[in-house]
Amino acid sequence: MDKPTRSLPQPTPETQHFWEGTQAEQLLLQRCTDCAHTYFPPRPFCPSCSSRSVEVYAASGRATLASYVINQRPHPAFDGPYAIALVDLEEGPRMMTNIVECEQTPEALQLDMPLEVRFEQVSEDIKLPLFAPAGADK
Amino acid sequence: MTGVAVVGAAETTELGKIPHLSQQQLHADAALNAMADAGLTAKDIDGIATAGERPTDLAYYLGITPTWVDGTSVGGCSFMLHVRHAVAAIASGQCTTVLITHGESGRSGVGRGGFPRAPASLAGQFEMPFGPTGPPTMFTLPVLRYMKDYGMTHEQLAMVAVVQREWASMNPRASFQNEISVDDVLNSKMIAYPFHLLECCLVTDGGGALILTKADRAADFPQPPVHILGTGESVETPIVSQMEDLTSSRAFKVAGAFAMRDAGITHADVDHLMVYDAFAHLPIYGLEDLGFCKKGEAADFIWEQNTAPGGSLPMNTNGGGLSYMHSGMYGMYALQESVRQIRGTAPAQVVDANVSLCLGVGGMFGASGCIVFGKEPK
Repeated sequence: MDKPTRSLPQPTPETQHFWEGTQAEQLLLQRCTDCAHTYFPPRPFCPSCSSRSVEVYAASGRATLASYVINQRPHPAFDGPYAIALVDLEEGPRMMTNIVECEQTPEALQLDMPLEVRFEQVSEDIKLPLFAPAGADK
Repeated sequence: MTGVAVVGAAETTELGKIPHLSQQQLHADAALNAMADAGLTAKDIDGIATAGERPTDLAYYLGITPTWVDGTSVGGCSFMLHVRHAVAAIASGQCTTVLITHGESGRSGVGRGGFPRAPASLAGQFEMPFGPTGPPTMFTLPVLRYMKDYGMTHEQLAMVAVVQREWASMNPRASFQNEISVDDVLNSKMIAYPFHLLECCLVTDGGGALILTKADRAADFPQPPVHILGTGESVETPIVSQMEDLTSSRAFKVAGAFAMRDAGITHADVDHLMVYDAFAHLPIYGLEDLGFCKKGEAADFIWEQNTAPGGSLPMNTNGGGLSYMHSGMYGMYALQESVRQIRGTAPAQVVDANVSLCLGVGGMFGASGCIVFGKEPK
């Protein structure tokens, strides 16, 4: 599915750990050690209570499908219509992603279906976190 | 009430496809029309606000020497925020007469910058790698969640476009004026499931401008004043994936509630409503987040023709971004229609339009501004 034509993320000092995490096939989240709030995207402070006391931890990689659109317009990195999806991680945060190992149709993409993370190498330095239906063959 | 009124308002002479004017000249064309509407020249203006172009560029280009400048740029509702900031500036004496301009060569792209998303930005890192190709694939993302949680059907989403086309059919300046059916909408080209072409806004060229001053000066101007009764603004997130609730806009709620409280009005006082409609789900979110409908009931409210011509709450009476025009930053056109309705000069004029509420959105549910206009200062 993936060709080297996706728009690539450029990590910043605040997000470097997240992208190093995906390279190591870990989905890293942050959690406030004062108020226990888990959040995403990465930043070195808690957006709920403003504490700078935060820790990084590995998420389970389990999620459910929150919403999506199926883009009909061509994109050089995708073959035919493709879903741009929002998934709710088991730990709470929501993120944008693509759904792989699954037909890109409304029938196959059922909201709230269980998903699990996959990591897809899109450049030398970057693996993107994508999601597949839970239980699908790796 | 704020003590400030709109005394000049106009759109560009042309709307739609204007390849012979640069984006900056679209601003200027609208500004000159608004100055003519108010009987003023640039020498009478001492405050300027704009988005899309820099206020420095416009002040110089138009020959304005401002004592107050606002370049707030939060997307298509920036002009609502400019109105709000201008009210405060005029009330506090920082300036007396504010010009707010919009111009956008959205279709022809003449003299227009792009909207780059830096690869190191939050959007560049956490959204763009997954293949969004512009607003039709981002602004639309929350709606399947809304449809599942509240039982909205594809037919109900399509009805938003059908009703707005009814309004546009009464407006000679609307880009699309032929009436359409739910089937027409559902049979139009799929853009990004579940959104069909007719559920997505137009892409056109145009502009608009407003002139504000103290309401107690309003008798000096040729047009009847349109009083600004209340204002609100907020922002939520630069990336749609992170909106707190996929079925509601926090910024709509904050801006709308503040503006209504500021104006001292209830829902029953609102005769006319504008809700920025870049896509068909926005009026549904707006009706609920403003409190005109209970959660999950706005689609039925629209289906039952309450916002259509002759309905209890006329909404998007110019035809909206879906049928009137949408240059990219549509908020100015929503404001213009509110002003026309209060003046009594709209092509599809609402009877007894004494209070108009105008809700804007910026980015993809990223920001909001809300203005309440009235015929009387209240």
